[in-house]
Amino acid sequence: MGMVEVEAAVAARFDPRPIERRRIGQVLAVVLFFSTTFGLLVLLTLLVDVVQKGLPWLDWQFLTSYPSRNPEEAGIKSAIVGSFWMMLLTALFSVPVGIGAAIYLEEYAPRGWFLRLVQLNIANLAGIPSVIYGILGLGLFVRFFGLGRSLLAGALTMSLLVLPIIVISTQEALRAIPQGIRESAYALGATRWQVVSSHLLPIAAPGILTGVILSLSRAMGETAPLIMIGALTFIAFLPSSLLDPFTVLPIQIFNWTARPQEAFRGLAAAAILVLMVFLLLMNLSAILLRNYYERHRPH
Amino acid sequence: MNVTVRTKAMADHVLPTEALMRTQPTPWSEDQQLQPSSPPPKMEVRNLYFWYGDKLALEDISLQIRPNEVTAFIGPSGCGKSTLLRCLNRMNELIPNTRLEGEVLLDGRDIYREMDPVVVRRRVGMVFQKPNPFPKSIYQNVAWGARINGYKGNLDELVERCLRLAALWDEVKDRLHENAYRLSGGQQQRLCIARALAVEPEVLLMDEPASALDPIATAKLEETILDLKTSYTIVIVTHNMHQASRISDTTAFFYMGELIEMNRTDELFTRPREKRTEDYITGRFG
Repeated sequence: MGMVEVEAAVAARFDPRPIERRRIGQVLAVVLFFSTTFGLLVLLTLLVDVVQKGLPWLDWQFLTSYPSRNPEEAGIKSAIVGSFWMMLLTALFSVPVGIGAAIYLEEYAPRGWFLRLVQLNIANLAGIPSVIYGILGLGLFVRFFGLGRSLLAGALTMSLLVLPIIVISTQEALRAIPQGIRESAYALGATRWQVVSSHLLPIAAPGILTGVILSLSRAMGETAPLIMIGALTFIAFLPSSLLDPFTVLPIQIFNWTARPQEAFRGLAAAAILVLMVFLLLMNLSAILLRNYYERHRPH
Repeated sequence: MNVTVRTKAMADHVLPTEALMRTQPTPWSEDQQLQPSSPPPKMEVRNLYFWYGDKLALEDISLQIRPNEVTAFIGPSGCGKSTLLRCLNRMNELIPNTRLEGEVLLDGRDIYREMDPVVVRRRVGMVFQKPNPFPKSIYQNVAWGARINGYKGNLDELVERCLRLAALWDEVKDRLHENAYRLSGGQQQRLCIARALAVEPEVLLMDEPASALDPIATAKLEETILDLKTSYTIVIVTHNMHQASRISDTTAFFYMGELIEMNRTDELFTRPREKRTEDYITGRFG
């Protein structure tokens, strides 16, 4: 059979239609482009709206004043300080417990049905609506332990909320470490804790830190659980102890948007801007850490 | 992992002659049997069975590892040679859902029933198939094992000595504090040998240490292994039969989880007694 006959025989068995096939791809590319820009456009509209409303109110006086009935004098000092303490306390409670749980699950726990059950539960906990955590916090910390509507009760509630996220991201960071690192360390006569502390934790640290930052930025933006535990009150002072009532940025925003006067909507927009800048900075540091991690990870 | 004690008596320390009487007939030639004049075996495997889940990976393995020799384990992929190697320093315990039956002795002591795994692994070191240095400096890679085991001597001297033994010192002496990942694959593997030597093991297990290396790096590694033989007992798993014949004194051929034949290397390669050994070394399968 000559070349021509071979080609003819192949042509009889295929119907390549390259132009039609390519056209489907082109149509799809347009659809996908609009899907992308849709999200961006919505975000941009929101951003423009918030900036327009909030920027005129955003000044030094706004950042350093307590909330007030008079919009000209109102500020977010107590909310910024409250958010700061909230994050710090939440990190203090959730980070050691979360990392500890992840180390146990990944490196110590015997494989089996119990581990799978715990794993499934943690994954489910990460998906539970935050308002449910608020109800738990109200029942457990505010009422049962009698902590009241305090900073401590709020931080403990937030810790429960972010704990599963920290556990899961730490587990993922540990799982990404090549098995060869563990094996070679054990082969030198290391104990489990020596392997974990000298190798696994340092290697996983950037990944763990990324997870911690992301979960804390989640805690910073959460409103519902704090409303549930009764944090939605007028706070014109700074907390001086863990048992003092408090407010945080999202609560203050919620508070102002509920007011009928137009001026308070401007204040809310300004507070949103401040919150967004904080969140952006936190997410940015998480991204920078992840990039660092990817450049320095063992192969 | 579960270790099943078959009989209480077998767990006790036994004299070499008693051991000979108890072990089942093994497929070794006469000269491989322990003679009264020859030194006692450094390690001994007795009636070893090993399972991954329900899958039997090693079936009734009995053999002896002579001191200050290179023993090679050869056989086709999946024959159990690496599994056996990892039974010799209890590394298989790190794999979940595995089970072991039988005995592995180090200087006559059962490593599974009479010894702590941490102690076993310090005395029986290991070099892996893929070079796997820690993401730390060259110096830290070597020093870490010694430090965690409470080494009391001078660490700088130890690091230099181990790097010299692994034939890496001259190439890295000016950059000891650089990250080990900057080294080439062959250098990394020699660093892993230096790292293993730093805890002063008596036995060195090597799991296809040259499989990720180019021919020049392989030749260097083989030279290093031959140098180490005077002070260490070495067990090497290899796919490469030329390598086994070049560097080993004794060779064991495994097939489908069983020890088929074990003999002096020159004997095994020139006059194999088993048909399957002959087929494998002449390249008819595997």
